[in-house]
This record gives sequence, C-alpha cells and structure tokens, in this order.
Amino acid sequence: MDLTFNPETDFKWLLAVPLIPLCGYVIQIFFGRFLPRKGDWLLTTGMAVTMAITVWMAFKAIAATQGGEGFFHESLDSDFGFRWLYATEKGATDPLNVTAGILYDGLGAAMLAVVGIVSFFVHLFSTGYMHGDRRYHIFFANISLFTVAMLGLVLSDNILFLFVFWEIMGLMSYLLIGHFSHDPNSHRIKQAAAACKKAFLTTRVGDTCLLVGIMIFYYHFQTFRFTELWEAAQTTVAANGGEYPAWMTAAGLLVFGGTVGKSAQFPLHIWLPDAMEGPTPVSAMIHAATMVAAGVFLLGRTYPLMSPTVLNVVTCFGTVTALFAATIGMTVFDIKGVLAYSTISQLGFMVAGIGTGGLGLIAGLFHMVTHAFFKSCLFLSAGSVIHGCHHEQDMRKMGGLRKKMPLTFLAMLICTLAIAGVPLFAGFYSKDKIIQSAFMKMTHGGLLDGVGLFAYAGLLIAAAMTAFYMFRLIFMTFFGEARDHHVHDHAHESPAPMVVSLLVLATLGMFGGKMWLRDFDLMGAKGTWFEGLTSEIDDGHHGHGSEHEGSVGEAFSIDRMYPGIAITEMNTYVGDSAEHFQESLHAGHTWAMRGSLAVALGGILLAVFIYLLKKADPAKIAAAFGEMYTTVANKYYVDEFVNATVIKLQMVLARTFKWIDENIVDGVVNGTGKINRAFGFMWAWFDSTVVDGVVNGVGAVTNMTGSLVRLFQTGRIQQYASLAFGGLLLLFAWLFLA
Amino acid sequence: MDHTLLNWIIFIPMMGMAAILLCPKRSVGLIKVISLVATFIPLVLATWLYFVGFEVGSPAYQFQFMRPWIYSSSEAMNMKVNYHVGVDGISLPLVWLTTLLLFIGVPASFGIKKGEKAYYALLLLLEVGIIGVFVSLDYFLFYVFWEIMLLPMYFLIGIWGGPRREYAAIKFFLYTLAGSVLMLVAVIALRLETGTFSIPAMTEIAMRGDLLGTKLFAGGMLLGMKFTTWVFWFLFVAFAIKIPVFPFHTWLPDAHVQAPTPISVILAGILLKLGGYGLMRACFPIVPGAFDDFAFTLGVLGVISIVYGAYVALGQTDFKRMVAYSSVSHMGYVLLGVAALTEWGANGAALQMFNHGTSSAAMFLVVGVIYDRAHHRDLNGFGGLSQPMPVYWGLTTLAFFAALGLPGLAGFVSEAVTLIGAYNAGDPRFRVLVLISVIGIVITAAFLLWAIQRVFLGTLNEKYKDYPDINAREIFCQAPLLFLCVALGILPFYLLDWMEGSVEHWVSSMSQAIQIING
Repeated sequence: MDLTFNPETDFKWLLAVPLIPLCGYVIQIFFGRFLPRKGDWLLTTGMAVTMAITVWMAFKAIAATQGGEGFFHESLDSDFGFRWLYATEKGATDPLNVTAGILYDGLGAAMLAVVGIVSFFVHLFSTGYMHGDRRYHIFFANISLFTVAMLGLVLSDNILFLFVFWEIMGLMSYLLIGHFSHDPNSHRIKQAAAACKKAFLTTRVGDTCLLVGIMIFYYHFQTFRFTELWEAAQTTVAANGGEYPAWMTAAGLLVFGGTVGKSAQFPLHIWLPDAMEGPTPVSAMIHAATMVAAGVFLLGRTYPLMSPTVLNVVTCFGTVTALFAATIGMTVFDIKGVLAYSTISQLGFMVAGIGTGGLGLIAGLFHMVTHAFFKSCLFLSAGSVIHGCHHEQDMRKMGGLRKKMPLTFLAMLICTLAIAGVPLFAGFYSKDKIIQSAFMKMTHGGLLDGVGLFAYAGLLIAAAMTAFYMFRLIFMTFFGEARDHHVHDHAHESPAPMVVSLLVLATLGMFGGKMWLRDFDLMGAKGTWFEGLTSEIDDGHHGHGSEHEGSVGEAFSIDRMYPGIAITEMNTYVGDSAEHFQESLHAGHTWAMRGSLAVALGGILLAVFIYLLKKADPAKIAAAFGEMYTTVANKYYVDEFVNATVIKLQMVLARTFKWIDENIVDGVVNGTGKINRAFGFMWAWFDSTVVDGVVNGVGAVTNMTGSLVRLFQTGRIQQYASLAFGGLLLLFAWLFLA
Repeated sequence: MDHTLLNWIIFIPMMGMAAILLCPKRSVGLIKVISLVATFIPLVLATWLYFVGFEVGSPAYQFQFMRPWIYSSSEAMNMKVNYHVGVDGISLPLVWLTTLLLFIGVPASFGIKKGEKAYYALLLLLEVGIIGVFVSLDYFLFYVFWEIMLLPMYFLIGIWGGPRREYAAIKFFLYTLAGSVLMLVAVIALRLETGTFSIPAMTEIAMRGDLLGTKLFAGGMLLGMKFTTWVFWFLFVAFAIKIPVFPFHTWLPDAHVQAPTPISVILAGILLKLGGYGLMRACFPIVPGAFDDFAFTLGVLGVISIVYGAYVALGQTDFKRMVAYSSVSHMGYVLLGVAALTEWGANGAALQMFNHGTSSAAMFLVVGVIYDRAHHRDLNGFGGLSQPMPVYWGLTTLAFFAALGLPGLAGFVSEAVTLIGAYNAGDPRFRVLVLISVIGIVITAAFLLWAIQRVFLGTLNEKYKDYPDINAREIFCQAPLLFLCVALGILPFYLLDWMEGSVEHWVSSMSQAIQIING
C-alpha cells in the first residue's frame, strides 16, 4: 500500500472524517427512532469507516516520519479551504475573512486516530451498555456529534475554528452528561440535571478566557491561522530582543485559561467529577479522547505563543492538579469517582509536562495519547463492572469479581498497570518522559530551578499515589471476599460487543505507547512512534533519530510540530551548552527512570499490603490522619467554596441589579409618569377651578344680569312707557339739580 | 431608477388590511387566509429581491423609487417631501427578516380568539410601518412610517395583551412617543439647516463637514453646546429607546410580558432592530463629528446593556421577562460594535441585528408554547417537561444555545465578530470594554441553562405529565427561525456578502468624515 501523503486526494479523505459521523447525526436525529435497532448500527458503522480512515492516514504520517522526513500538511497550501465569513472572490484575499482549512501533522495524525479508535469502541460498547435506554437513539446521535466536534477540533488549521469545535463539544458534553436528566426511571435525575449545567458553565468560564486570548492574538497578529500565528510570534519575539512582550504573556495565560476549564485543571476541575452523572460510555469519551484532551491539544497547538512565564505557570498548575487530585483519588469509594480523579491527576501530568517545555511538550502530548487508550478502557471496564453489578457503583459493595468477570478483570488490570507507569505498558513510556523533562528543567543551566524541583518532586509523589489508588480499586473490586452477596450473586460478564471493546482498548493500553515486541527496547530508549511524529533527534552525523542508538542524540528539536519556527525561549534546553544538554538528558533519563519505577512499585506494594493482604485497616489509617483525611475526602471543599463565593456573588449581583432595575431605573420612568400625572391633575384642578372658574364666573355674572334684566322684559307697552317716562323724569331732575 | 418592487412589498400588506376591513367580522377563516396571503407575497418578493434582484457587494442604494409627495409652492416654505425608497446591504436583510417574521406571526396568532378582524388588520398595518422605515430614504417619510408602526403596536398590546396590558401599552406608547418627538425636533432642525429631507443628501452634506448649524444658530452653538451635538443626542435617544439601550429599556420587559406571543416575536425580532438600524442610517452618518466625540460613551452604554441585562435576566423568575432582558443584553452588542467604527465591529452589529432577530423570536415562540398550555410563566413552577415534550425540549435547547452564542450557530458569529471588531477599535479604551463585556457571555449561558434545568430537566411536575408535545403549527412557526440560526452559523456569508459593501462604505465614509471634521 502506498503510504505517501497525497494532498490532492487525502485532504478529501480527511474532510470525510468528521463529515461521515455528522451525516450520521443528522439522519439519526430525524429518523433514528424509525430505524431498526434505533439506528445504532448506522452510526457505529459510520464510525468504523471514520476510524479506518484516521488510522490509515496516521500510518502515512508514521511512515513518512520514520523515513526521516517531516510530516506537516496544510490544505490551504493546495487551495482546499472554506471561506467562512465572505464567500465572494474578494473574500479570498480579504484580510478580514476567516478561511478555514485542514492542518494535518504528526500531532494531528496521532490525535485523530486516537479519537477515531476510542470513539468507535465507545460506540460499539454502547450498543450493549445502553441497551433498553429510553432515549437510545438520541444517545447515539449525540455521541456521534460529540466525536465530530473533537475530530473537527483536531483538524482545524486556525484557532477560531478550533474554538468553534471546542464549544460544540461543550454543548454535546452538556447534552450527554445530562442524558439521565430526562429519564424518569433514573434515581439521579436531579443530579444529572445539575451536573450538565455545571459542566457547561464551568468550562465556559475557561472558554471565555480563551476567546479573549484569541482576540488579543488576533489584534496583534491579524490572523487566526496557527502557522501564521507561530511565525508572527517568532518575528515579534525577535523584534523585541528575544524577549516575549508582556501582552503575549497575558494572552498566553488567557489561552491557558481555556485549557484549565476544558482539561479540568485546578480550580476549574470541579465539573469533571460531577460529569460522572452521564452514562459510563460518555465518561469514557470525555475522559479519554474528547473534551479533556482538547485542552491539552490546544496547548500543543499554541505552544510557540507561550512565553517562559506562561510555561512556568502551566507547570505549576499541572503539578498542583496532579497532586491534589491524586490525594482525593485515594479516598473515593465510587468506582467511577476514583477514575474521575485519576483523570484530573493525569491531566495534571500532561499539562505540567507541556509546561516544562521541549521534551516535556512531546511527553505531555504523548501522555494524552496513551492515557486516551487506557483511560477509555478503564472507564468502559468500570462500566462493565457496573453493568454486571446492576448499576452498583460503590466499591465497598463489590469484591471477588475477578472470577465472575474474568475478561473485564484482565482488561482493567492491564490498564491499571499502564496508568501506574509499569514498564512495558503504554503509560510508562509517556509518564517517564514527563518526569524526565521535569528533572531536566530542575537542573537546567546548572542551577536548581524552583519550578522544576516542584514539578519533579510533585509528579513523583503523584505517580506513587496513582499506583496506590489504582491498585486499591483493583483489589477492592476484583479480589477478596464478596462484600455484598446480593451484588455478587447477580454479577455476570458483559455481552460480546462490550468485552471486545474492552480487550481491543486494553491491547492498546499495552502496546499503544511502544510496540516493544518488535524491537525489544523495553525501556523506550530508542524512542517511540509518537516522538518520531513530533520531534527530531539529530545525532549530528546522518539521518534522523528515533531508530538510532544511544537513546537520545545531541540535539533535540520539535521542528516537526512547528516547521521553521525556532524561538530561543521556546526550547528550554537551548540555553544550555551541547555537553550540558547531553549530560542533563542522560541524568534526567536515569533519574526519571529510577524515580518512576520506585514510586510505581512503592505505590503498588502499599496497596497490596493494605488491600490485598489486609495487613492494615484502611479505616484506622484514615482515622489517624483525622481532619486531614476529612478535608481530602470532602474534595478540599472546593465545591463548597465556589458555591459560597463565586456563585453566591453572581446571584447577589443578579438580585441587586434586578432590584435596581425595578426600583431605580424603572422607578425613574414610573416616577416621571407619576409626576406628569400629578401635574396633569394639578392643571386639571386649575383648569376646572380657576380657568374654567373665570369662564363660568363670566357666565354666571352674565346670567345674573340677564335674570335681573329679565324682570323688566315683560312685554307690556304700558310698563315700558311708564318706565321710559320715569327715566325721563329722573334725567330732568338730575339736569336741573346739577 | 424607478423600481416599483419595494412599493409592492410595502403596500401589499396594506391592501390585505383593506381587504380584511371589508370582510364580515365572523368570517375568521377568510381573514386568516387573507393575512397569510398578504404576508406571504411580500416574503416571496423580498426573497426574490435578496437572491436575484440585488446586486451583491455594491454599497449603493438599489431598487430606488422616488416621487414628489408634499411640495409647497410658496417660496418661504419650500417644503419638498419626496416619497423616496431604496435598499442597501444594511437594510435588505432586515426587510427580508421583517417579511419572514410577519409571515410567521400570522399562524402564530391562530390561538387568538377575540377581535380577529381588527387584530389581523393591525398586524398588517404594522408590517407596512416597519418595512416603510427600513426602506425610507427621506427623513419625513421615515418619520411617518415610524409613527405608523407605533399605533398598531399600541393596540395590539393594549387589547390582546395580558392582565396588565393597559399599563404596558401606555408605557410603550409614551416612551416611544417621547423618543419620536425628539426625532421630530431634530428632523425639523436638520431640514431648516440643510434645506432637504433626503437622508442621502443630508448625509452627503454632513460627510463634507458642512453641517454645522450656522444657519440656525450663531456659530452653530445653542446653550453652549454644538448644534450637531444636540441633534446627535436627540436622535440617539429616539433610537436608543427602541433598541433599547440601558437606561431606556424598562418599557421592554413590560411590553413583552404583556404582549401576546406573536407580538412579542415581532417586537423582539424586528422592532428593536429599528433602533439599531436608525442609528446606522439616520443618526451617526448625519452627525459624524458628534458620533466621534461620544463613541466611547456609546460603547460604555453598550457594555452596560450587555452585562447589566444579563444579570437582571439571571435574577428573573418569569420566563418571558428573562427572555426580554436577554434582548437588552444582546442588543448591547449592536451598540458596542457600531461605536467601535471598525469594519468588523459594524459588520458584527449588522449581523447581530439579524441573528438576534431569529434567535430571540424563536425564544419568544418557545415561551408562547408553554404559556398556551400552562397559562403561567413562573420558571420555578415547571420541571421535567422534557419527558412529556421531548421535541419541544429539543427545539428550545437549540434556540437557547443559538442565543447564548454557541459557535456553529448564528449568534456566535455576530458576537465574536462584534467583539473582535470592538477590540480592534482605534480607541484603546474599547479593549477594556470588550474585557468587561465577556462577563455577559458567561452570565447569559448561566441564566439560559438554569432556565432549561428548571423547566425541562429533573423530576417531572405531575401537573404537566399529560401535556401534548409541540404541535405542527408551532413547529411550522419555529422551524424557519431555527433553520436560520443553524445555517447562518455555518454559512454566515449568506448575510455578510450582502452587507459587506454597504458596511464597508459606511465605515470608510464615517471615518473620512470624522477626519474632515476634526481637521
């Protein structure tokens, strides 16, 4: 099979990737309920085709990079794009237009394939898991559109379209998390309704930060396109004497705000545990391939825009999140809850890794990929357990399930080993590199870097906790005595579509990081497929790196992700001399390896000690920690804090403004009306009494005079004559007397 | 030069009204048919005009028609009023939207069971007035249509409205009338100053920097303020009331809450746009200097409307009042975008007028559906309605997400374009305004989602478990609006290409005029 990328045809294939499930969605939403089996086969088949294309395309990328070439394609280069705001001829050149195209590079190829694969198996799994659901066809439609949003996000070549898909994903997560909020048979109908709103609003806080960040970058660079943004950033930094201007730090932090929301970093992580109210396959999607991965992916796409300050902040947020969530994970009893906090913690690893820069960027993104495999599998396994136990989620009521559900147990065990960072399993190869990068940051330039130290120490501790709480989950669920016989007696292995999905994803959890069966490079010294896709390790002699001896070479570059972009600060190690870099790389490799192996082993042993061998009573240990345990078990009261401050403040503001509106703004209007009416009454009184009084007075006087005079108007001639005579007499008298 | 098409669009509804008046009162069916026909023909004509007749991209007024109307022969008066109509890229989409919403308004009114004859007659008269305002190029004519529109609205709210309809109708009428009195004074002053009623002619004089008020007042000053400033504020307040801009907005929630559903739809969908359109057509270009002096103030008012409107909406318990306040919030973008005087800002504002027209109309239809069934609008009095009414829930969700500016739907395009345009304004203080206004984005999402949660999700309120889902007539009214929300979110160029020529010309000529005036 020809594995060279052909822009003429392959961009059309890539366009079909989101379009196939989109068409499926449209058909399903209108006609799904009339289709046989309510249309699940339609969407699952569609997703299978999508998966096939994404994997095929990813092989092209891997083939190209393993041949030592870069892999970076933009559809706008071959004039394949969508003029969004203006479609006219003028629109083609108008700088105000937004023209969207496809960006397909190593990172995109890997992510696209991951989304395709995970989404297909989630679809397949759901045909079993969601069977008999009241809104079965709507569920399939929504999960398809959810996938479309993520696929579109990965393919976008500009940050505005990334944002568009980012938000559509937000809508779909809202609808899916709230799936049971429509179901009268669900006993958690109210919680589901609250959870979906919380998820959307919390992430929207981050999204709004991201939008503002995008606006600031647009204002300065007049473009949304990633490649142009990177170039402009490089030019700006160069023109600024190699320093990032302050506004770029501000804008970078705002963009990172988007990641904090979507990728559930502290303190906007609060939506993710609540998102467990959604059906389990949805959780698998949210926690693995979509939603939370989007935030990490965004960091990958915007990395050249991030100043060193931003990266330090990113590292700190990531480390805090990793530690914080891991401590909570050790206290949770809900099987899905453990996984939820483990996701937050692992996202902290990814974000912290990206923050350490260079190698850490690759490692963080790689961890996103491997994590997608094993976390989707873990969630689906948990779903299988819950399904088998008739919707019981409390681990305290489980136990001894490994004989009842052997395949689920196997899948879950593999993925637990992967997340714990045990060699040979996918998670090891990525997590180890993150810790290595943190170590290198710590020793960077021969000085002890505070942020690096924090990251190195914090991540190691978090890794130990990860190993511990994951094995706690395994032991509590699958080993020991059955604690609740009702649950245990009814437990059964799940139907075929579910088990198949689990096993395939578990295989990826095993080999998704490195296909070590091929070269028996068990420690990943020769590099992995993902590193080849995104970075280049040049040994200075010939060819390109990943398959060369001597672990990593002399110069490390992430040129494959950002071709032609070389900002000095961008790569943390550039400041070092070649010898120091080499030294640091080797030391980092050694110390990270030792550290991560030690903590993984330690965590697992502790779990074995407490939960398998039962040498210590967890309740007593918890009691020994006292207040501290209570605080952690209550998730550090972050939710309560947010409710009491942020939400309360908003409601107070809303009520205040409402009061102002009704009483002051409208008060003025009504007051004006009332004053005018009072004036009206006053004038009416004046009018009826004074003005009309005068008029009436005149009338009355006239009237009176008239009545008086009328007395004389008798019509008798004699009387008139006598009056006239009398008058005449009076006249004469006056004349003579005067 | 002489195109009669616009005349047909304006006066076919009037003929319809005449026909209705000739009908016997009892033949309600006939009256409805006439109304449908008399609103459908203008829709068809406007659609033809949009897709076939109109030359896309040209900034000029097209389909002009001019006839002398009121000519006084006396030398002293020299009163020359022309009947002069025409459309450009800014008014055409609004004309089309008007014909659409009025057509939807007819079937949406089928639930009204009293005084149908008068109701439909007034509805058609309303269409005459609205379209007249959008196409008038003569200020006198503009004013006449503006007043024509006021009258039917007053009766439609005052007779067919809710329990407090009389209060609401009078408030609406007096408030708007106060605005139009200011407009009238300004128009007379402008006529005396420029010697013409023609809006393009006035604009041309103003753009040359020749409109100073020196003919009327010594030095162009009146009570220590420039003549143009007086004109600006008089016209601005007249239009700001209509938009409505904080603090002139309090007539809106009352009018909306009391008005029958179709009237709310038309009120939110189009009448508010008259304010924004008026500012762009008949206020700012006539006094560009004063506009420049107060652009930042306008931006501030816009942002206050956005944020304040959203917060007040969050505090509401009445479904319809909440939607009404969301209009205040959304129309704030129009003012912010126009005040920024950038191409994106103005394009965004023009776009927002159209997109708010579809999404807010859809939201009012949503409220109408539930009000028809439950006869109350208390947000806390429902619960779990998505169970008996899943289709209704789906349509509501779509309408609400369109309103909260979800990317992929129309509202996002206009909000994002407006905000980016405002951020790129020449005045750096606008950047602060944009940063504040984004609070509105989050709060808007909050009150809309909270409303969905309270009305549709969670435990079903037993009282409502037998409610029938949204019916075919209601879907028929809702569907075109939601279709536009989706289609214009994906393909916004179906509006922007049409607007672009005029808007670009508007921005560049305004900027030029400001430069001339400021020397």
